[in-house]
Amino acid sequence: MSLLEVSNIRKSFGKTEVLRGIDFSLEKGDVLSIIGSSGSGKTTLLRCLNFLETPDTGTISINGKTIFDASLHKKLKETEIRSNRLHFGLVFQSFNLFPQYNVLDNITLAPKMRLNEMNYSKEEKKEHLQGIIKTAQQLLDKVGLTEKAASYPCELSGGQQQRVAIARALALSPDILCFDEPTSALDPELTGEVLRVIRDLKSSDCTMIVVTHEMEFAKNVSDKVIFMANGIIEEEGNPYDIFEAPKSPLTRAFLNKSVESF
Amino acid sequence: MGFWEVTLFLLDGFKVTCLLFLLTLIFSLPLGLIICMGTMTKFRPIRYIMKVFVWIIRGIPLMLQLFIVFYVPGMLFDIRIPDLEINVFGKTLEISARFLSALIAFVINYACYFSEIYRGGIQSISRGQYEAGQVLGMTKMQIFFKIILKQVIKRILPPVSNEVITLVKDTALARVISVVEIIKLAEQLASRALLWPLFYTGAFYLLFVGILTLLFNHFEKKLSYFKS
Ligand SMILES: Nc1ncnc2c1ncn2[C@@H]1O[C@H](COP(=O)(O)OP(=O)(O)OP(=O)(O)O)[C@@H](O)[C@H]1O
Ligand SMILES: [Mg+2]
Repeated sequence: MSLLEVSNIRKSFGKTEVLRGIDFSLEKGDVLSIIGSSGSGKTTLLRCLNFLETPDTGTISINGKTIFDASLHKKLKETEIRSNRLHFGLVFQSFNLFPQYNVLDNITLAPKMRLNEMNYSKEEKKEHLQGIIKTAQQLLDKVGLTEKAASYPCELSGGQQQRVAIARALALSPDILCFDEPTSALDPELTGEVLRVIRDLKSSDCTMIVVTHEMEFAKNVSDKVIFMANGIIEEEGNPYDIFEAPKSPLTRAFLNKSVESF
Repeated sequence: MGFWEVTLFLLDGFKVTCLLFLLTLIFSLPLGLIICMGTMTKFRPIRYIMKVFVWIIRGIPLMLQLFIVFYVPGMLFDIRIPDLEINVFGKTLEISARFLSALIAFVINYACYFSEIYRGGIQSISRGQYEAGQVLGMTKMQIFFKIILKQVIKRILPPVSNEVITLVKDTALARVISVVEIIKLAEQLASRALLWPLFYTGAFYLLFVGILTLLFNHFEKKLSYFKS
């Protein structure tokens, strides 16, 4: 059984159908790259997985358990939706760190809120709180920002902010971490440090979905690549199939164009 | 009358000015938030009613609103706004019907202005901040109070301080319904051919606004540790 099963996801905004039936699966520990031209629906798909948009049809299941079913969605309570969405983490193109909190607090804010909702005794709470802070420090270490724990987002470079955003998403230990063009808002010389962190995560067996325009990265790091065009999956396969032997003419045209732009 | 006598005399009026200012702020700041929620609600009838209300209040002169609150309830519904005696920390505070009318008019008027400032502040926060909170599993309440609010406060502080400073001076309008604030008192002296106290009142306002300016600068500095 795959870790993630997505089937028949459709999404329209008004009259425009942006996703026209998306099906795919993902194995635990694999990295999936999603490529495709602008407007093909990549962001919308990630937003559906993270419950920022509600698909019109389709189902999403994790480890065989259905966490989203369009036909039942309206009946779910907000608490159920909230706990379901935590199977996924999302790293935004524009970081979206919380400016009024320092780096450590950005990472611990959400875990602390969850802790407060639990019925723990005072001692247990204290223990868990220490756990949360320790985890945050380990995550900061992982993304190479230990010495920035007390800095505020406005004092960090874009690359550093994005690495904090990654640590923040990891703090809730999602089953699958999604990235929406994590390096597009960065100066070219800063993309490397972020991509390196994602590469490191792969070696620690983190399951990831990365929407990216970095073809080299997609080719070298992914276990699986999806090419999207006009709201459907035009072609999918391992990186070799997609990049060296693409079958669809649309894929070929897209790849040729992105080679030219380098 | 000598300088100190005039100062003490005017100080009586200035107390009324300050009380009107303070009570207006205490009530209009939170009322503004309620009106703001009304103008932003998804429930259309309420939203439209609130928007029209804000349009009317911001669209007619505050001086006219003072007259309306003071005279219209009596004319239309035979309601008289009462004189009140309120106990505050053991002291009795006498609040005349005139003062109360002025207070009501000021509170409603300023609440509408504040509501628009709040709305602008809330809408200026990027959607990404809400979404970041959402994907981290926070509730709407948690997102508003833990993430959005402080950024809004930082952004609205300059326009709010502007309004507050305007309010200090607007209190002088209350004399059109004979609230005896500082300028009204100075006018009494002026009618007895003692003109300079009228201009001297400016010093009271200047001092008050100066203190407020320092206070707001302090708040702004406190929030300057982050950019948003
Ligand atoms: N909230 C929305 N309302 C209306 N249309 C939308 C909305 N969000 C996305 N769209 C439309 O859906 C289409 C797909 O958008 P999406 O952002 O998913 O594309 P994308 O593949 O991520 O593109 P890019 O590479 O430029 O980021 C676009 O035509 C866009 O205009
Ligand atoms: Mg996109």
